[in-house]
Amino acid sequence: MRNIKASTITQTVAQLCQQVNFILGDDVLVALKQAQQTEESLLGREVLSLLLENARIAKEEQLPLCQDCGMAVVFLEIGQEVHITGGDLYAAVEEGVRQGYSQGYLRKSIVSKPFSARINTRDNTPAVIHTEIVPGDRIKVTVMPKGAGAENMSKLAMLKPSDGRSGIIDLVVRTVDEAGGNPCPPVTIGLGIGGTSEKAMLMAKKTLLRPLAKPNPDPEIAELEKEILGRVNDLGIGPLGFGGSTTALAVHAEVMPTHIASLPVAVNLQCHCARHQEAVI
Amino acid sequence: MIEKITSPIDAKTIERLTAGTRVMISGVIYTARDAAHQRLVQTLDKGERLPFDLNGQTLYYMGPSPAKPGQAIGSAGPTSSSRMDTYTPRLIAAGIRAMIGKGSRSLQVKEAIKKHKAIYFVTIGGAGALLAKSIKQAEVIAYEDLGTEAILRLNVENLPAIVANDIHGGDLFEQGKARYRRR
Repeated sequence: MRNIKASTITQTVAQLCQQVNFILGDDVLVALKQAQQTEESLLGREVLSLLLENARIAKEEQLPLCQDCGMAVVFLEIGQEVHITGGDLYAAVEEGVRQGYSQGYLRKSIVSKPFSARINTRDNTPAVIHTEIVPGDRIKVTVMPKGAGAENMSKLAMLKPSDGRSGIIDLVVRTVDEAGGNPCPPVTIGLGIGGTSEKAMLMAKKTLLRPLAKPNPDPEIAELEKEILGRVNDLGIGPLGFGGSTTALAVHAEVMPTHIASLPVAVNLQCHCARHQEAVI
Repeated sequence: MIEKITSPIDAKTIERLTAGTRVMISGVIYTARDAAHQRLVQTLDKGERLPFDLNGQTLYYMGPSPAKPGQAIGSAGPTSSSRMDTYTPRLIAAGIRAMIGKGSRSLQVKEAIKKHKAIYFVTIGGAGALLAKSIKQAEVIAYEDLGTEAILRLNVENLPAIVANDIHGGDLFEQGKARYRRR
């Protein structure tokens, strides 16, 4: 058994909330630079340069990459041999979000009651916390600020088993087509296939944490990812929807077994500002 | 070519600009997003006095991150304009002549743009740190209780934008997609 203080968790979350909003991952920068080489539209190439310039300014001046600093989605992988001391785990995470968003001059975007009193909670809490128990004596904390532009374009469909592979592809292509410029393309497409409705959605989100454009290790799934990427980039939407050949940077798909009667498919879109950072305590 | 224009934007300039034209906007613009739009329209419905004269003005769909000490404003990129579509025809009829945001608009908004000779620009979604450089001054003029959704009067210099919908029915999103669609 290893003891980890709740205050250490708070500190880690607070630091991650800031770093993740200021610094774009190298994998995203590489993908944007590659897209500059292949993008057919001149305006599209210029948009990509401005996005890279934005990333440079944000990092150098410690400014939010995007004014939408998102709802803080926090993934916790907790080793089963960890004992958390000196406080409540979830309260520690919320306090980390509170401190991080305040100290980093990050935008607070959470309203209290979604369909009635939409009053800003002013500290960006509550966060959305996903907890997994894993082997070991460490805690892995991942912070993913999710902006609403892309999140609002998410889709869940409970397809018929007979819809099969082509039904999945059609759904994803239609979702990206209808979203147009709204999710701030070039997007990363998170795709969860199988399980139940909520499991599919969670897989779609979590697969966005994978290093950008790293294919699924299963060749059958990797092939599906590749085919969808090609289809989506044929749509012509382009960077920010202004027209072009780079609508998506990558498709990340995750698959699990499902019920004999089901084919759940969840699509979670990630804007070009693909922010996530992790730390191991 | 990039055209330099001044906000409030005069009728002649609006008439001349066509979808796809790149511009740099300088002058005065006002921020308003979802909650501010709702209040502006409610105020119009009640026939009460608006917090600023809409006539000929430009709206920027933007809610900034907080300014650090010494900064005029925090990160300041556009939000998705489509969420404002419900309110926009009403605000255009009441005098708004230009809007800056991201993403495409509804048919009703495009019709209102044509009818009242207004214009819709898009700027660079997700480039908040970069776009903040064009904002020289920011002042809350209404709805301070809304936090980031309050209405700000901004002084901008060379804010980069592209004409997305013009008075002739031109649409950047449709044009771009038609040109690069491969199936």
